[in-house]
Amino acid sequence: MTQTPIKVAKGKTFTHLVSKEGGVKYPLKALNVCEETFSPLEVAYDYDEIRRQVSRESIAAGPHSIWRYKAFLPVESENPIDVGTGMTPLVKSNRLARQLGLKNLYIKNDAVNMPTLSFKDRVVSVALTRARELGFSTVSCASTGNLANSTAAIAAHAGMDCCVFIPSDLESGKVLGTLIYNPTLMAVKGNYDQVNRLCSEVGNSYGWGFVNINLRPYYSEGSKTLGYEVAEQLGWELPDHIVAPLASGSLFTKIYKGFNEFVKVGLVEDKDVRFSGAQAEGCSPIAQAFKEGRDFVTPVKPNTIAKSIAIGNPADGCYALDVARKTNGNIESVNDAEIVEGMKLLAETEGIFTETAGGTTIAVLKKLVEAGKINPDEKTVVYITGNGLKTQEAVQGYIGEPFIIEPKLESFERALERSRTLERLDWQQTNV
Amino acid sequence: MTVKVLVPTPLQKFTNNQATIECGGSNIDELIDALENNCPGIKARICDETGKPRRFLNLYVNSEDIRFLEGTDTALTDGDEVSIVPAVAGG
Repeated sequence: MTQTPIKVAKGKTFTHLVSKEGGVKYPLKALNVCEETFSPLEVAYDYDEIRRQVSRESIAAGPHSIWRYKAFLPVESENPIDVGTGMTPLVKSNRLARQLGLKNLYIKNDAVNMPTLSFKDRVVSVALTRARELGFSTVSCASTGNLANSTAAIAAHAGMDCCVFIPSDLESGKVLGTLIYNPTLMAVKGNYDQVNRLCSEVGNSYGWGFVNINLRPYYSEGSKTLGYEVAEQLGWELPDHIVAPLASGSLFTKIYKGFNEFVKVGLVEDKDVRFSGAQAEGCSPIAQAFKEGRDFVTPVKPNTIAKSIAIGNPADGCYALDVARKTNGNIESVNDAEIVEGMKLLAETEGIFTETAGGTTIAVLKKLVEAGKINPDEKTVVYITGNGLKTQEAVQGYIGEPFIIEPKLESFERALERSRTLERLDWQQTNV
Repeated sequence: MTVKVLVPTPLQKFTNNQATIECGGSNIDELIDALENNCPGIKARICDETGKPRRFLNLYVNSEDIRFLEGTDTALTDGDEVSIVPAVAGG
């Protein structure tokens, strides 16, 4: 806590950390918890200064990465760690939209975010840049997989030591996709919430920068870029409705913050954007609280194939609830079978292979449309946050198999005939 | 009867900078009152105005979150380990 005025360097756009409950101010150090209320700390900005520094033109002329929005991010370095993160495609959906009966659907495709194919590269680029500024030489994280990939990769790029913690039952693609960067990898026999607790206890004793613990206020700001990019890619306009996955609830609330900041500094016109969240039924503490009208989240023990969003004790759950309610959105959950169907539906209609979290989001989008909770005319953006190649186990056994053939024309023709028969059967089944 | 209490950094100013202290109490409510006797001021930090642990603080008895047990009525026995851990992490 600080009682004296905080000095801010000229041109610096972020000024201090502030408690989300109680408003106590803290200096810009590696701190994530308010000492008074234990609530999260958040970065505060000087929006007049940001307004002076940015325009649509200056942003558009910036790097083709999240750093085009640097004035809105809590880093001071002239040269932040830029591994090409961000500016992923915003795809106008035709086939999925038609299938769902939507007229104005867009897909924000972070399945192809760089360098590790999930939205986590955004938050980690910010966190490691800030970690370097704060003098950390070792970085760490508690991860459900994607964050481990990203922290290990970007730490390797930046030449920082890295020790990451994951639950021991993760998909093999996520384990391999971490080990390749040669960090120290701790696979903890327990669920993510237990990993998180262990890291909270480790956090203070080793002098490490834990991206999602003591660096969390900086780290989480990186998700705002998912809001900025969508606004810019829509032609400097906010959408009417967004659908995003909920794990800790942080990404959801930061997209909301991102949109509001763009309005605040005059880059886009104000608009009511509805925020809807997606959870897997096997780990849906926020969706349950939403349905029951509670303003607090009761922890659960996760049991779902959507491991990347399996957080039973979500740190920002209550804030995500608040955003969904005040924007007239919804929070819905879907079961594992629907998640697999969601992954297949997105792949087959749009050519995008997402992981289980994306399957969850697509399945929830479908459920909300079918329940009449998304107006077909609303400009709706669905956030796809991770890549399907990392969670292959989830769809194995639910997709087709190759036809194994001899290198002979006859063999090919027989197989082709067979595939057409199978297609006809499929078609008949669909219509029954 | 004594239980071992693991105290997070922000609360260690009440415990003479000790990360672990020994304390008594037959359940969590009683333990918090006993902590207050030993370390005056600590209860107002752990609990909100209704007297229940703050929502951003997790309490564990032998590694299980008390919300999966009996909440602050969770019984304690000799040798139990109670951890107080700030919840704002992860994601």
